[in-house]
Amino acid sequence: MAALEEEFTLSSVVLSAGPEGLLGVEQSDKTDQFLVTDSGRTVILYKVSDQKPLGSWSVKQGQVITCPAVCNFQTREYIVVHDNKVLRIWNNEDVNLDKVFKATLSAEVYRILSVQGTEPLVLFKEGAVRGLEALLADPQQKIETVISDEEVIKWTKFFIVFRHPVLIFITEKHGNYFAYVQMFNSRILTKYTLLLGQDENSVIESFTASVDRKFISLMSLSSDGCIYETLIPIRPTDPEKNQTLVRSLLLKAVVSGNTRNGVALTALDQDHVAVLGSPQAASKAWAIRARLRLKKKKLFLGILFFWMLIYMLWYYGENLFMLHGKSLTVIPYKCEVSSLASALGKLKHGQDPGTHVMPRFVNWETPQGCGLGFQNSEQSRRILRRRKIEVSLQPEVPPSKQLLSTIMEDSEKHIEVEVRKFLALKQTPDFHTVIGDTVTGLLERCKAEPSFYPRNCLMQLIQTHVLSYSLCPDLMEIALIKKDVQLLQLCLQQFPDIPESVTCACLKIFLSIGDDSLQETDVSMESVFDYSNSVHDEKMEEQTEILQNGFNPEEDKCSNCDQELNKKPQDETKESTSCPVVPKRAALLNAILHSAYSETFLLPHLKDIPAQHITLFLKYLYFLYLKCSENATMTLPGIHPPTLNQIMDWICLLLDANFTVVVMMPEAKRLLINLYKLVKSQISVYSELNKIEVSFRELQKLNQEKNNRGLYSIEVLELF
Amino acid sequence: MGEFKVHRVRFFNYVPSGIRCVAYNNRSNRLAVSRTDGTVEVYNLSANYFQEKFFPGHESRATEALCWAEGQRLFSAGLNGEIMEYDLQALNIKYAVDAFGGPIWSMAASPSGSQLLVGCEDGSVKLFQITPDKIQFERNFDRQKSRILSLSWHPSGTHIAAGSIDYISVFDVKSGSAIHKMIVDRQHMGVSKRKCIVWGVAFLSDGTVISVDSAGKVQFWDSATGTLVKSHLIANADVQSIAVAEQEDSFVVGTAEGTVFHFQLVPVTSNSSEKQWVRTKPFQHHTHDVRTVAHSPTALISGGTDTHLVIRPLMEKVEVKNYDAALRKITFPHRRLISCSKKRQLLLFQFAHHLELWRLGSTVATGKNGDTLPLSKNADHLLHLKTKGPENIICSCISPCGSWIAYSTVSRFFLYRLNYEHDNISLKRVSKMPPFLRCALQILFSEDSTKLFVASNQGALHIVQLSGGSFKHLHAFQPQSGTVEAMCLLAVSSDGNWLAASGTSAGVHVYNVKQLKVSIGLNVPACISLCHVLPQVFEYSIPDKQYTDWSRTVQKQGFHHLWLQRDTPITHISFHPKRPMHILLHDAYMFCIIDKSLPLPNDKTLLYNPFPPTNESDVIRRRTAHAFKISKIYKPLLFMDLLDERTLVAVERPLDDIIAQLPPPIKKKKFGT
Repeated sequence: MAALEEEFTLSSVVLSAGPEGLLGVEQSDKTDQFLVTDSGRTVILYKVSDQKPLGSWSVKQGQVITCPAVCNFQTREYIVVHDNKVLRIWNNEDVNLDKVFKATLSAEVYRILSVQGTEPLVLFKEGAVRGLEALLADPQQKIETVISDEEVIKWTKFFIVFRHPVLIFITEKHGNYFAYVQMFNSRILTKYTLLLGQDENSVIESFTASVDRKFISLMSLSSDGCIYETLIPIRPTDPEKNQTLVRSLLLKAVVSGNTRNGVALTALDQDHVAVLGSPQAASKAWAIRARLRLKKKKLFLGILFFWMLIYMLWYYGENLFMLHGKSLTVIPYKCEVSSLASALGKLKHGQDPGTHVMPRFVNWETPQGCGLGFQNSEQSRRILRRRKIEVSLQPEVPPSKQLLSTIMEDSEKHIEVEVRKFLALKQTPDFHTVIGDTVTGLLERCKAEPSFYPRNCLMQLIQTHVLSYSLCPDLMEIALIKKDVQLLQLCLQQFPDIPESVTCACLKIFLSIGDDSLQETDVSMESVFDYSNSVHDEKMEEQTEILQNGFNPEEDKCSNCDQELNKKPQDETKESTSCPVVPKRAALLNAILHSAYSETFLLPHLKDIPAQHITLFLKYLYFLYLKCSENATMTLPGIHPPTLNQIMDWICLLLDANFTVVVMMPEAKRLLINLYKLVKSQISVYSELNKIEVSFRELQKLNQEKNNRGLYSIEVLELF
Repeated sequence: MGEFKVHRVRFFNYVPSGIRCVAYNNRSNRLAVSRTDGTVEVYNLSANYFQEKFFPGHESRATEALCWAEGQRLFSAGLNGEIMEYDLQALNIKYAVDAFGGPIWSMAASPSGSQLLVGCEDGSVKLFQITPDKIQFERNFDRQKSRILSLSWHPSGTHIAAGSIDYISVFDVKSGSAIHKMIVDRQHMGVSKRKCIVWGVAFLSDGTVISVDSAGKVQFWDSATGTLVKSHLIANADVQSIAVAEQEDSFVVGTAEGTVFHFQLVPVTSNSSEKQWVRTKPFQHHTHDVRTVAHSPTALISGGTDTHLVIRPLMEKVEVKNYDAALRKITFPHRRLISCSKKRQLLLFQFAHHLELWRLGSTVATGKNGDTLPLSKNADHLLHLKTKGPENIICSCISPCGSWIAYSTVSRFFLYRLNYEHDNISLKRVSKMPPFLRCALQILFSEDSTKLFVASNQGALHIVQLSGGSFKHLHAFQPQSGTVEAMCLLAVSSDGNWLAASGTSAGVHVYNVKQLKVSIGLNVPACISLCHVLPQVFEYSIPDKQYTDWSRTVQKQGFHHLWLQRDTPITHISFHPKRPMHILLHDAYMFCIIDKSLPLPNDKTLLYNPFPPTNESDVIRRRTAHAFKISKIYKPLLFMDLLDERTLVAVERPLDDIIAQLPPPIKKKKFGT
């Protein structure tokens, strides 16, 4: 069963220019972007999800577009034909259609057909077919006539079957229909005569086709309102003979009554077909009914009514395009596979299509920059076609090569100088690749010679912001072996894609490294504020007040724990007011807090950390939380401090992973009780706030009801 | 007094445009306000915050900056790249000059008022000299690389600060070169934003530059060294506007979250001379972006997308506790947007680019006080009349008989004839308007719908005779020689003999329509049957050529103290011919019918009693009855009139309906979510 979502109208498509509305809607090279061609002079590139046009091109006054614009998926150019014979090719950057590439052909074009993965085809009105590149090589070449006189092409479609393009087109002559199938792998053209079957008088209104392993299933919507199916074999038995095809009734009276105009049919996939038409054309011209049926089972599944007038129908991806009146309506739809589970409502929905993650990293295989190495045939042909003066590419940049050779042999000092020299250069197009190669080279040498460790160099390279973990996984591995916390901190700050195991390994080192060895390092302290100077006993008093906001400690069931705690009140104050770790360690831990992670992958690794370290980290986090809650905005001072959410998430994670261990440790007991109290007080505060909110909402509702008297009333008023 | 049937109308779907800029003029205590549709309004803060002048908007004119210069001259600049001066006397645009720098984002007048500075899209800062009748381009400052979004003069006029994207430049006015470039930090709550837009700058006389930016910061810079002195993070969203008091001891900023913050210069410790800027008070009077703020000596003024103009007095600056110390929120224009045809029970609503005509419903039922009567016929939307062109409608009117509709834009005057055939209504435009009828500031029909009075922006008053489907120009009262003061209020007597007109300077002229001559020139602060700015009512008898006895009594005895403390201007006043003793007047929050036959209230009586007197005898009731019958049921009240003796029509516009049509405000995180 197909689900239609809420429709919307592409309102700014100005259709008034063309006398017959739209010529067509075609897919562009990006999903969600469509080329809308009106029958006048304009082609608009539309982004459907934003409901706004991205570009618009017009031919000159006096010229008329005769064939809908299509996208050449291989070259990302757009192709349109105007005045039947003139071909125009342009791309997104072009502004004026007059100035783009132009080819005048010797015969009239019926359609240009383009699908993903192959070059576009040009179908001429006389039935001949040419590939675009072959045609452009000699635009004035002679085009043969394939179909007979008075035969007119009614409809055409282009498929890829088993990676071979197949073209089908239907012609009509004196009420007889013929189907031509052109195979491109064998260059065979087969002609079939379509027999209309029992109802000879009906006129076929609309065609659609889908491919099913061995057959092309051609569906036609007749004026009697029924859908017929004709199966055309993909591999013809005898291409020479003129063959006949019989159609069979597929769906009966989809469009009721005697419709003569405004019906359309399109096959959405193998199981679904969308039909649009007007049911009672006589009584209500604007009433249109669209039904979606499960085709194979002839099972009626759902009716949807659209009260609009539709002449044409297209679909791409998951959007139905309908032309009605002078505006174009888009209805997103989803065809779900029918299953018992879905019928019972138990089908699990897959991932939400909205959460599409954009790839963030540079793809090193295909540098998309300034055409470095992008020398394939299409590109060169395109440049040639556009008559641009080809800029001769500079020979390979020598400094980068030189740098790479230096890395392999020279001393650390020399490498550092070379790297600095290279970085000082203006960023070249191959900057990313060279940096990547340099790092890989350095790391390889590091592995080969244990004494070689060009720390400064690596730091400089990391700070170029072009590296990522996946690009040089060895870098952090080596830093972990060398226990280079400074480099690790830098990596944590700069790399967006560190795996959780590595983050955890870093955390282990940060927690275990001795204070004296920390003193020697030079870690970045920008995330750490000097916590020690702002501690006052009075502040702590206020502190507890804030913490216990909304709940009374006397009522607390944990009062015996309180007593236990109160035995050593001074001890506690001391513990929670002074930072449990030295500032340098705090800076390192903050880097961990800032790093990205996914809980499921992090939890198993957290279990490996010794319990003492867990307790220390928890104490630090608790201390940060107390600092946070000291001010109204719940933020920590400093330039780049960890946020409250990060702190809370880490507390939860650590407890989740190590609760059974921590709970057994006597020194962690007080901390756990504190955390327990904290959570409890938070819950009580939030529940109270929620109660207040609900009661306010009720009051507001009451108030609205009282004031809501509708838009118009006549009332009696007495003045005293 | 008795019972009335009240048609309570809430289908006037009017949404005011958002406020873009405000400019306060200290000398005349006036406030200029520009809206996103290009409308410019001038409020007189001394006269009960009355909106006394109004320049209609234009679709292509997005005003981005507004300022007063040379004392009383008002300039605006906008995204169409033009600088315009407004003629405050004739109420039209004096001229528009293209600055040739692309869209203009900011403008500032020099402290002396003789020079004008604009900041353009192309990064140029252009200096204009203000000549007595025009402005003249003087020169360009050093071109910057991105658009100039804010400008501020040093009070001495020697330096300026210009806010751009990611940095602030300080220019030397003499040489026109940039002497400092102060880079603004892009980080916002630890997250690096793409760009940091400096929405506003202010240059203080000690050389401090205050900037507000899109990262939510208010920052203090030392312009001599180009260094950051102090930074306050005040919002999670953009801080969009700043205004400094003239004494430079306080300033105000507005944020995109709708909050307005007040900063004050206070001593570090008591009786120490060292002072520092401290954020003192936050105000949350807006739901949407505060696009602009102003600082008058006694109040903070703010306006934004949510269309309210909020005037928040500073308590420490107010000496007497009176209604000047109250917060004011002005949402609706004080001019008339609705007119009413009494005979056919029609309402004509005026929007920026169209008019709507509605027919009121009817009922046959009766009821007692407070009842809602069942409708036998609902209200009908009869007509939707769209204007052509980009100009906003200035004024509109429907004739009392309902068969004429007139409206005017800045360049054209339209008159339509309506024909009613059963339920069908047909509209015919009266073509060939005379050339002098091009722009009307106010239109009025006489009570019998045979005459049309048009106040043009040239100061002339035209009288046009209407008969059948045609019209004839009868007479034009020309303004007194030498004045071009535009008339903005008109009233006609019920017999059609007398026409009263009031201009922007509060004088009232009364014309005899029959003899076509100027009858009287009154010089009073405000006058009866016209708009009342002061909480006073005057009644003038034209045949006797003097104030009426009742009016003299009122003046002698004085008004009730609560009446005098009312803080909203009365926007409409009317009579019913069959009840000469009654006067109906209303403002946005109440309406009042004054019965001249009853004694005036003194300070001891209760002026407003919302509850009906219950178990009191007739004697007490008669003793406590007084002339002012007040009702506060309908609010905000945009229009009220008597349809006949016992029927009132009240047009309300609930604020919730307006908010529902605005874009959603910035979502703030709530607890527990």
